[in-house]
Amino acid sequence: MFLEVLGITVLWIFLLGYVIVASIDFGAGFFNAYSLVTNKNHILSGIIKRYLSPVWEITNVFFVFFFVGIVGFFPQTAYYYGTVLLVPASIALILLTLRGSYYAFESYSGVTGHKGYALMYGLAGLFIPASLSVVLTISEGGFVQLTEVGPQLDYNALFTSPLTWAIVVLSITAVLYISAVFLTWYAHYAGDNKAGMLMRKYALVTSLPLIVSAIGIIVEMRRTGNWHYANMVDLSWLFIVSGILFLATTALLWLKDKYGFAVLLMILQFATAFFAYGISHYPYLLYPYLTVHDSFTTTSMAIAIVIAFIAGLCLLIPSMYLVLKLFIFNKSYASGDEETHV
Amino acid sequence: MDQSAVFWSRALTELTLSFHILFATLGVGVPLMILIAQYVGYKKNDAHYTLMARRWARGFTITVAVGVVTGTVIGLQLSLLWPQFMELAGQIIALPLFMETFAFFFEAIFLGIYLYTWDRFQNPKHHMLLLIPVAIGASMSAVFITIVNAFMNAPRGFDLVGGELINIQPILAMFTPAMPTKIGHVLTSSYMTVAFILAAIAAYRLLRGEDHVYHKKALSLMMKLGIIFSLATALVGDFSAKYLAEYQPEKLAAAEWHFETEAGADLIFFGVLDGEEVKYEIRIPKVLSFLASNDFNAEVTGLNEFSEDEQPPLITHYFFDVMVSIGVLMIFVSFAFVFGKWRNWQWIHSRPFRWFIVLSGPLSLVAIEAGWWLAELGRQPWILYGIMRTADGATTATGVEWLFIAFAIVYFILAIGSIVVLRRMFKHNPVEKELAMREGGGV
Repeated sequence: MFLEVLGITVLWIFLLGYVIVASIDFGAGFFNAYSLVTNKNHILSGIIKRYLSPVWEITNVFFVFFFVGIVGFFPQTAYYYGTVLLVPASIALILLTLRGSYYAFESYSGVTGHKGYALMYGLAGLFIPASLSVVLTISEGGFVQLTEVGPQLDYNALFTSPLTWAIVVLSITAVLYISAVFLTWYAHYAGDNKAGMLMRKYALVTSLPLIVSAIGIIVEMRRTGNWHYANMVDLSWLFIVSGILFLATTALLWLKDKYGFAVLLMILQFATAFFAYGISHYPYLLYPYLTVHDSFTTTSMAIAIVIAFIAGLCLLIPSMYLVLKLFIFNKSYASGDEETHV
Repeated sequence: MDQSAVFWSRALTELTLSFHILFATLGVGVPLMILIAQYVGYKKNDAHYTLMARRWARGFTITVAVGVVTGTVIGLQLSLLWPQFMELAGQIIALPLFMETFAFFFEAIFLGIYLYTWDRFQNPKHHMLLLIPVAIGASMSAVFITIVNAFMNAPRGFDLVGGELINIQPILAMFTPAMPTKIGHVLTSSYMTVAFILAAIAAYRLLRGEDHVYHKKALSLMMKLGIIFSLATALVGDFSAKYLAEYQPEKLAAAEWHFETEAGADLIFFGVLDGEEVKYEIRIPKVLSFLASNDFNAEVTGLNEFSEDEQPPLITHYFFDVMVSIGVLMIFVSFAFVFGKWRNWQWIHSRPFRWFIVLSGPLSLVAIEAGWWLAELGRQPWILYGIMRTADGATTATGVEWLFIAFAIVYFILAIGSIVVLRRMFKHNPVEKELAMREGGGV
């Protein structure tokens, strides 16, 4: 019991980490493309590039970590989700592959790319969260049938469900909002006020559809009398806390004050909502077939993974600190005064 | 069981892995070579070697990116294409898989730091030290992922009772009999391949008329390392054959077209098969027995001892031949070069020999592919040797053939993209130009 909850909590934290860092990455690609269209590229591209270059690979590892971890702790997820997600996850993988390699091709080769590629890159970044977020709809139940050959995904039901589209819209707006808030701070931190003000505008613009789609999901779940909804009501105070944090973040942006604090509040806002969502989903991984308990791996393997995990963190936390200190929280790097690329 | 889904799952896995291992091999070997070059540059205070490290690192950014994204693909495809296998094996191989991501994480962090801190440290030694975690992370991720593969070839660390796995011992499952030789062979062959690829690049620049001492130093350094790693690869390869003779005799028998169990078995090179009749082969008497157990008269189990539905495909023989011949050729090339340089033989600087060195880079990659196809096809029909057949592990979803086409297009784009970008990176920035710029005080 304790190990299952520990396992899913650890994975959920890593998924949150991926959602935040990947959103910054995906959103940055989109804003870069958008600024190309609106001829504001000269303002944004430098700051985006300086943030992304040293960390894009690390972002990718968060994702790998999550899907390896979930198969490790909950091997049955491989059977259910592996089978039903073949197509959506493959689409996401293809986009991730093209996006990741294109980024490296452009940023390391020193060749400035083609406008068309940059647009493709920006759009691909929005399709990835959209294609991955269908997992959230599927996990609510009702979209997977167990047949004689194995579990099968009912695409028709999935694509005609309003919940699917509400989650897709939420994932895209969340990506843009998280990225805009972060880059607003990062640009100001680097002393680039022009880029900072532009990103602040984008952050404020995207905050509205974000909150509308979040409320839309709750309304939709209530309408269908979803099992999950009742659990969410019990945890409504956490969602309210998240909403307050959201209002505080936008207020700081509006007042052009304390951008670093705004980023912190934004992360807390998503963390609260993310955990409230996760806790209310407990104990189901895939309703009604898969719970955290019956899909859990053997105790000896769980203990081994937890030990490996702790040992790994002892290596990773100091190294991550080093990265932050050298690049993200380093004024002369962020402002581009120093050019020390290989 | 839908046979078409099984076929296309195998095909897509093979496509992804065959593409990934080209970049993964570079990913394991290049960091070590960068570390060695930077160390030599630091010790000898020779700017040429430091520049070597820098230029290799720049090219490495491209190959590592493709390695990372295709590695992510195969990581997830394991669950997407082989859900039933992962459900079963996930209970046991989770630990090495998990540790592999840690090693990869560790490497990614320090590689990022290394790439973006050139000339930033007061003491160049500190910058060089960043390469140690990169090289360790790169090799350790190969070690852990090879442990997973070794487990599939020699599963243990659990009891199978009525289809249920019980008494799982995670550590024992990592230390399978197949593990030492697999890891040894993967690491040494990766280092060897990278040494020959970097040597091939240097030889090519010399052939194109860039008569700079930088290229000569690179060629010489890589050839010396080439001898060490190709000999090590051959040695571990010999241990691998002995492992097979004892634990997976049908794999060795299929690779050697050795049908009847006999003492003093011959080693067969090339040839074609006519029924069970081998024609046009080069036959080395009694060497297979020696390869299998260090004794020229030892008995070697033949393929006919196994029931037909447990025999691996006979095509593996050609992969075995290709791998071994290239390996032996590499030992000769590097040995001739280093010995010739010591004895001052002029022909090692001749154009034909240099072209031969150029060829050795791609040939090493061919050997890597052939070796993996031998290892993987050689354990058919099993996905988990002796426990689960490949056909029972595949997905039950339909439409895998469309994904195969889609991924094939993606890999084609990546291949073209990496070649174009790598060419552009170095074409307009020859060594002379970069050296002059740095000596002139530029960054």
